[in-house]
Amino acid sequence: MLGGFEMADGEVVLKVEDLHKSYAGVKVLNGVSFEIDRGQIKVICGPSGSGKSTLLRCLNLLTNPDKGRVWLEGQEITDQIRDVNKVRQKIGFVFQEFNLFNHLTALRNVSIALEIVKKMKKEDARDLALKELKRVNLEEDAHKYPAELSGGQKQRVAIARALAMNPVIMFYDEPTSALDPHLIGEVLDVMKKLAQEKLTSLVVTHEIGFARSVADEIMFMGDGTILEQGPPNEIIENPKHEMVKQFFKRISELYRRDGQ
Amino acid sequence: MAALAEFLPYILSGVTWTLGLVAGGLAIGFVIGILMAIGQVYGSEEIKGFIHAYVWFFRSLPLLVLLFLFYWGVFPATGFKLDPLACSIVVLGLRSGAYQSQIFRGAILSLGDAQLLAARALGMNRLRAILHIVLPQALRISMPGWSNEYAIMIKDSAITFALGVLEILTRTRYVVMATHEPLIPYFFAGGLFIVMTYAGSKIVNVVYERTKIPGLVGRL
Repeated sequence: MLGGFEMADGEVVLKVEDLHKSYAGVKVLNGVSFEIDRGQIKVICGPSGSGKSTLLRCLNLLTNPDKGRVWLEGQEITDQIRDVNKVRQKIGFVFQEFNLFNHLTALRNVSIALEIVKKMKKEDARDLALKELKRVNLEEDAHKYPAELSGGQKQRVAIARALAMNPVIMFYDEPTSALDPHLIGEVLDVMKKLAQEKLTSLVVTHEIGFARSVADEIMFMGDGTILEQGPPNEIIENPKHEMVKQFFKRISELYRRDGQ
Repeated sequence: MAALAEFLPYILSGVTWTLGLVAGGLAIGFVIGILMAIGQVYGSEEIKGFIHAYVWFFRSLPLLVLLFLFYWGVFPATGFKLDPLACSIVVLGLRSGAYQSQIFRGAILSLGDAQLLAARALGMNRLRAILHIVLPQALRISMPGWSNEYAIMIKDSAITFALGVLEILTRTRYVVMATHEPLIPYFFAGGLFIVMTYAGSKIVNVVYERTKIPGLVGRL
C-alpha cells in the first residue's frame, strides 16, 4: 500500500531548482531551491505574501512557474512533455479551505478520484476510501456530506482524499488556518501520525508546536526566497536573519498570551 | 353551446403539441445552454466571443421575428426543409439555449474554483472535473432559474400559432372562427396554460427538494 516507503533513506523525492514566478509584474517567487528526501517532513513558514502558497501550487503545476526546474522522484516535471494529470496523482494536496466536493459524501469525496482517475472498480474504491477515512478517524462519518461536518472533520476528509491516491509526497497549504482553535488539534494529530509513518511531506504552517515536534527542517520564506533553513529548534530559538527573528518573536508572544 | 362542448376536446388535444414544443425546445436549449455556459466560463477568448454574440442575437430579437426569419429565411436558404412544428421546436430551442446558458453560467460562477482546483490536484483532467464536480452542483443551483425558463417556454410556445403549428392557441382560434364564440374557448385555453405552468413548476420543485444536498442551506 505504502509503496516506495521502504526505499532507502536519503533518496531525493522532490528537487526544486531556482524557481521564479511573477504575477502582473510582481515577483512572488524569486529563486527558490531545496530538496526533500524520502520520509522527510519539511515545514515552510513565513509572513503572508512571502510566496508559500504560490510555491506549493507551482510544485504540482496548478500554476506554471516562469523559470526554474522541479524533479519528482528523479523525473523532471517542468519539462512541458510531462502529463500534468499523472504528476498531480503522485502529489497529495491539502488546501487551507478543505475544498471538498459539496455534493458528495465523505466517502465519495475520497473514492471519486480513485474511480475516475485511477480507474479502480467501484467496490475497490469504496473499500480503500473507507480504509483511508479510518486512518483519519472518520469511518463513522463516511456517509455524511461536507456541510454536515465540522471544519476539523472536513480537513481530515480532505487528507484522506489525498492519501487514497497513494501519493509519494503530501503538500499541506496552511491546513489549520481556516479552523476554529478547538478543532486544530484533531487535524494536527492526524498529520503527526502520518509524519510518524514517514510520509514525505511539505507543510506550510504557522503551528510552531507541530514544526518543533515533527519537522526535520524549517524553511523560512520571505520576499520570494528561502531566507533561512535548518532544524526547527535552531530556526525558532536562534534565527540569524532579522525578519525571521521578528516573526518568531511575534509568534511566541502570541502563544504566551494564549497560554495565560 | 353544444357545438362548443364538442370542440373543447379538440383544443385539449393541443396540449400534446404544446408539451412537445416545450419539451423539444427545452431539451435543445438545455444541451446548447450547458455547452455554452461551460464555454463561456472555461473557454478561450474566441469561444467566449462567439457565445456572447449568439446570446446577444437570440435575446435581442422578438420570438416572432426569429420564427419567421428561420422558417422563411434561414432554413430555406441553407437547404433545410423543416415543417412548421420542427422549425418551431428548433427556434424555441436555439433561443432557450441563449437564456439557459446564462442560468447555468451564473450557477457555475457561483461555485467558485476551489472544488475545481481540488479535482485538478487529484489528477482529474479539466473535462472530467467539470463533468463530475462542477456540473452536478451547477445543475442543482440552476433549478429555480430553470423552472422559470420552463414557465416562459410554455407561454412562448403559443406564438408558433403564427406558423400554424397545431398547439393549443392555434386550435382555439380555429374553434373561435367556427363557433363565433371567443370567451369560453380562450378561457379554456388560458386555463390549460395555467395548469401546465403550475404543474411544471411543482414538478421542478419536487426534484429540487429531492436532490437537495444534506446540511447545505441557502445557496444549494
